[in-house]
Amino acid sequence: MSEEKLYLYPMWLRLWHWTNALLFLVLIITGLSLQYSGVEGAFIRFDIAVTYHNIAGIILTISFAFFLVANRISGNRKFYKVKRKGFIKRLMKQFRYYIYGVFVGEPKPYPVSEKRKFNPLQKLSYIVVMFGFMPLIIITGFGLLFPEINLENVFGVAGIYLTVLLHITVGFGLSVFMIVHIYFCTFGKTVGSEFKSMFTGWH
Amino acid sequence: MLIQKLAAVMILVVLIVATAFTQEEAEEERVYDYAEQNHQCLKCHGHKTFHYFNENVGQEIRERMNPYYIIDSVEFYSSNHWNFSCLDCHSYEYETTFPHPNELRMEPLPVCLDCHGGDDTYEDRNWEQIDEEFQKSVHSTKHGADFKCSMCHNPHSYKINARTNENIKETIQYDNGICLSCHADINKYQLIVDFTNPNVLETHSWLPNQALHWQNVRCIECHVEINENMLVAHNVQPKEKAVRKCVECHSENSILLASLYKHQVKESRSELGFFNAAILNNSYIIGANRNYYLNVISLVFFGLVLGGIGIHAIIRIIKK
Repeated sequence: MSEEKLYLYPMWLRLWHWTNALLFLVLIITGLSLQYSGVEGAFIRFDIAVTYHNIAGIILTISFAFFLVANRISGNRKFYKVKRKGFIKRLMKQFRYYIYGVFVGEPKPYPVSEKRKFNPLQKLSYIVVMFGFMPLIIITGFGLLFPEINLENVFGVAGIYLTVLLHITVGFGLSVFMIVHIYFCTFGKTVGSEFKSMFTGWH
Repeated sequence: MLIQKLAAVMILVVLIVATAFTQEEAEEERVYDYAEQNHQCLKCHGHKTFHYFNENVGQEIRERMNPYYIIDSVEFYSSNHWNFSCLDCHSYEYETTFPHPNELRMEPLPVCLDCHGGDDTYEDRNWEQIDEEFQKSVHSTKHGADFKCSMCHNPHSYKINARTNENIKETIQYDNGICLSCHADINKYQLIVDFTNPNVLETHSWLPNQALHWQNVRCIECHVEINENMLVAHNVQPKEKAVRKCVECHSENSILLASLYKHQVKESRSELGFFNAAILNNSYIIGANRNYYLNVISLVFFGLVLGGIGIHAIIRIIKK
């Protein structure tokens, strides 16, 4: 039985997605290089890494603002809406599928449809990432770009240090998300089909 | 009974607090031994104008004081030399003659080591070593005897800072002010050279976030050769040898730990807490501040995620 193809990813979303992916890579690599820079150890020259990290961060902010606006205008935001009743149960069902069902060939509990682009686990992680982690990393990033806007001292510790601690922690969380996200994209009909969808728009 | 006990405790607390305050005030109270004597000088040299009776014309004359000879008495009495008599350094004849004879100005003034050389009271300041370092510095090798300690350390106003001030930002501002008093002021700069002072804004234009750097590090961090035995090294290097590599500061073994934060580092460096904890209370330096626990936790977590994905993928392949 051949499933009907769905046009799930419009052009704006694909462009935003791949721009985001590229920016993530630049930010993670330059961020790691800055955090672990040494007299001989840094793999990207410090000043170059700073410049690229700053530029990528500013473009990411613009791209995020674009996402928020486009998400609202296009109606894509409906896919992020959560029905609270029974959500935990649905999460557990999806989780069970990933740790057991997928190995024994069970059908997907929440297959993609015109009305449901994300399974419950995807929905939760995307909400946390897009509406929690992204604003946090952008705000703390600007705190580091303009250090004078930070509190001078918070309980005896430089305010900027708390900003950077949050920035690095959220950055780490987003890096982990990206790796898991890439792996979960291999759960399509074929290993590469989900990646292809994000290029063509058709699922 | 309970009320009486409470009252007794309160009285005790009040007494302890009051004693503490009194002690603090007593410690801060200074007795200015030469205030009266110095007033004879400062009544003219502490003001923009001075007056005297001109016998030739038979009237009181008011004149402007040469601005370079005005001493800010508030600054002087809060400086390191606050309990000095003016006559400790300047000729006694100034006290008895007016107008002051011109020859007095030609007399050599004492240099710092005249008093501080072999000074046991402040042995930890390493005066002799400061002098040795200074003799090697570009200030001395280029300008010789023209460059005196007093060009940076104004004896009328100099206050020790790095050792006593817990506010690093104030120390930075104060110390940089010393460098800029020549390097951003052509009048003072040309006391020892004929050419025009290079514009420090332009010569440092390569430095990213210039203003931020200048607010948070001292000029000497990049321009002085670090000496482990001295709190403030004095061997100012030629510009070609200045630090230009970002990672000299922005790395785990930041040179700032041996210079700007040297005093705090001795007390607070710990391998199990925050790396470079000394910097934490004042600012954040990318690459120099690292958190041991966060590093370990993130590595373990990252390993678990990658391991989990690997195992999951292998089982998927096997079960396919």
